[in-house]
Amino acid sequence: MTDLYQSQRAMRNMRRAAMQRGVVAILDIGTSKIACLVLRFDGPERRRDSDGVGSMAGQSQFRIIGAATTRSRGVRFGEIAVMSETERAIRTAVQAAQKMANVRVDHVIACFSGAEPRSYGLAGEIELADSVVTEQDVARVLASCDMPDIGQAREVLHAQPVNFALDHRSGLGDPRGQIGNRLACDMHLLSVEASVVQNLLFCIRRCDLELAGIASSAYVSGISSLVEDEQELGAACIDMGGGATGISIFIKKHMIYADSVRMGGDHITSDIAKGLQVPMAVAERIKCVHGGVEAMSKDDREMIEMGGDSGDWEKDRRRVSRTELIGIMRPRVEEILEEARARLDAAGFDHLPSQQIVLTGGASQIPGLDMLAARILGQRVRLGRPLRIQGLPQAGTGPEFSSAVGLCLFATSPQDEWWDFDIPTEKYPARSLKRAIKWFRDNW
Amino acid sequence: MRPLVAERRYQPAAPVRAARPVAAQPAQASQRRDPAQAPVRRDPAPTRAAYRMQRLWLTPLFRVLVRVGVPAFSIALVGLLWLGNDARRAALVAQVDEWRESVENRPEFRVDVVQITGASPSLDAAIRDMLALKLPLSSFDIDLEAARAKVATLDAVESVSIKVGGQGALEVAITERLPVLVWRRGEELDLLDKTGRRVAKILTRSDRPDLPVIAGEGANLAAAEALEIVAAAGPVLPRLRGLVRMGERRWDLVLDRNQRILLPAHEPVRALERLLALDKAEDLMNRDILTLDLRNQQRPTLRLAPAALRDMRRAMGIVTVENDL
Repeated sequence: MTDLYQSQRAMRNMRRAAMQRGVVAILDIGTSKIACLVLRFDGPERRRDSDGVGSMAGQSQFRIIGAATTRSRGVRFGEIAVMSETERAIRTAVQAAQKMANVRVDHVIACFSGAEPRSYGLAGEIELADSVVTEQDVARVLASCDMPDIGQAREVLHAQPVNFALDHRSGLGDPRGQIGNRLACDMHLLSVEASVVQNLLFCIRRCDLELAGIASSAYVSGISSLVEDEQELGAACIDMGGGATGISIFIKKHMIYADSVRMGGDHITSDIAKGLQVPMAVAERIKCVHGGVEAMSKDDREMIEMGGDSGDWEKDRRRVSRTELIGIMRPRVEEILEEARARLDAAGFDHLPSQQIVLTGGASQIPGLDMLAARILGQRVRLGRPLRIQGLPQAGTGPEFSSAVGLCLFATSPQDEWWDFDIPTEKYPARSLKRAIKWFRDNW
Repeated sequence: MRPLVAERRYQPAAPVRAARPVAAQPAQASQRRDPAQAPVRRDPAPTRAAYRMQRLWLTPLFRVLVRVGVPAFSIALVGLLWLGNDARRAALVAQVDEWRESVENRPEFRVDVVQITGASPSLDAAIRDMLALKLPLSSFDIDLEAARAKVATLDAVESVSIKVGGQGALEVAITERLPVLVWRRGEELDLLDKTGRRVAKILTRSDRPDLPVIAGEGANLAAAEALEIVAAAGPVLPRLRGLVRMGERRWDLVLDRNQRILLPAHEPVRALERLLALDKAEDLMNRDILTLDLRNQQRPTLRLAPAALRDMRRAMGIVTVENDL
């Protein structure tokens, strides 16, 4: 626990160092692709005099100077399965991005989708020593949250204070400086499997890079693809990736729940490959070019050439109608969406005031998905694309880059996490000495 | 063994295409690529070494080192190795010398004549002797500063400027010192300018009868004062034989008939003017006076010649006992 706290603190310091140096890399390790973006920080003071907040809501302080995507290798379900292969893929992406940026990058902020994230809501409460809330009090109240049993070999990925309450007033964003007697907080804790994080750490270290931050891709794609009012009023983001589908629920600009379904676009591809007896590459191509989930009468007449290199005329000249293809794809998409629905129900998404659901990620580009999703997830479904950020190439503006873009936003303006606050003074080992001094002061 | 033609690579293109059944060749096959025929996307990953090299190359310090440091180092190394050999170094020096000489000896830089302006003929000759230039000469070989210092050591030269002018002439511009006094030192006679600096030597007084004579120890140091006194002594000037510096302190004005006027150390000109006024009124100087002592302003003192003193006493009826002592 303390180890992780320390390592997360170290990552935060490294992030600060990277921002000082002005260059940091973003690495989205997905099942189907690995994206690397190189961010350059121009500093927040550049256009301050002309504009109060800064253009693009303060996000103009950085721009992307290098972007590269490569086919992912050795990643399954958003987790690293073959380490050397993944390392090669990371090297490819980082090298291409560095080449484009023409700058050497040492710090990397990474995200991944797998590792079975689990959400916990924690609550803590303290009596204030003096009636004004100080930063030290915030640290104390965060420390007072009782740690749930997150299980063996799991680590805390995010621990964000979501809400503060002072006496009977709740919903405070920043209680510092306010006056009250009891300070309570709600914290959202996201735990993941430790081995996955360690593999990732190891992989990145093998590429001579330093990890300056780590995030869940469900969280970061929510940051980038939910618009501001959706984040404020409450919405769920479903990031349909290659090997895993991330689900995150936001309200009041805080993530309150995250989960992932271990199914994604790659499973649709493998279904097509199995159903049509074609290689995975061909199945991927057929899915991307002709895929869909809503069959119409016209689709019966649209014949798709499957091709092949077997030398057998009959096999190589097979054709399949689009209806058949949709018949293969649709059950799997339904299954993914139903699973996501089940997760949302389990999280109590029904009780949220707003039922907005945003679909993003590469697999959300299947034509007709919004109609199918509306049937399963409810009427308020839209397809989301990530925010536009400066310098991102046109190829990087699609929904499959929502987690990479979200990671950029996460890198530049991270939310307060538990480890951003100092350790409360009484938790220091120097406590006994202090007590002795206090005893002397009181009695002599 | 199969014939060479049967090998697919060596098959001539045209006959085989004709031999293929038409049905087996779909029309669109040549236009549209089969999905399966699409080349498998190559996805080469850099090796660890290549990756590290690229990162190293992107390091700014390393780039500077390679782009500037390595060429500079190699050039320096080659140069030093080449210069390490004594013979080559000597050859290089000789070559450079040769080039320099060839430039220096061009006619544009040659000095043929020395042009001296503002000097009397004797000084002109003295300067020419002193410079002792073996003309023609390259202007690079003339050390103008040294030559100037050398000429400036001449007493008769007040200031000198030397420059290499056009048409191969070395222009020496001289300002001569003007002698205003003759300084007698024992048997030697020197000419002094108005600051008391020695200008030249003369053999006899009659060489410069127009200049007043001064004498005595340290007389040259007070030359300006002597000139003032001479200027003030207008009426007695025809009788003036010279000025004598007494004890490096004050002046004696020596007239003919061995008359002396002892001037005070302080404000001698005023004292002299008062004396001249007195002389004009009372015709003092024409009397038989040996010495006129003006050292004490309140009490000028006369010393009569012995005969005059006797005559005066006799006239006053004072009888003195005189002896030969």
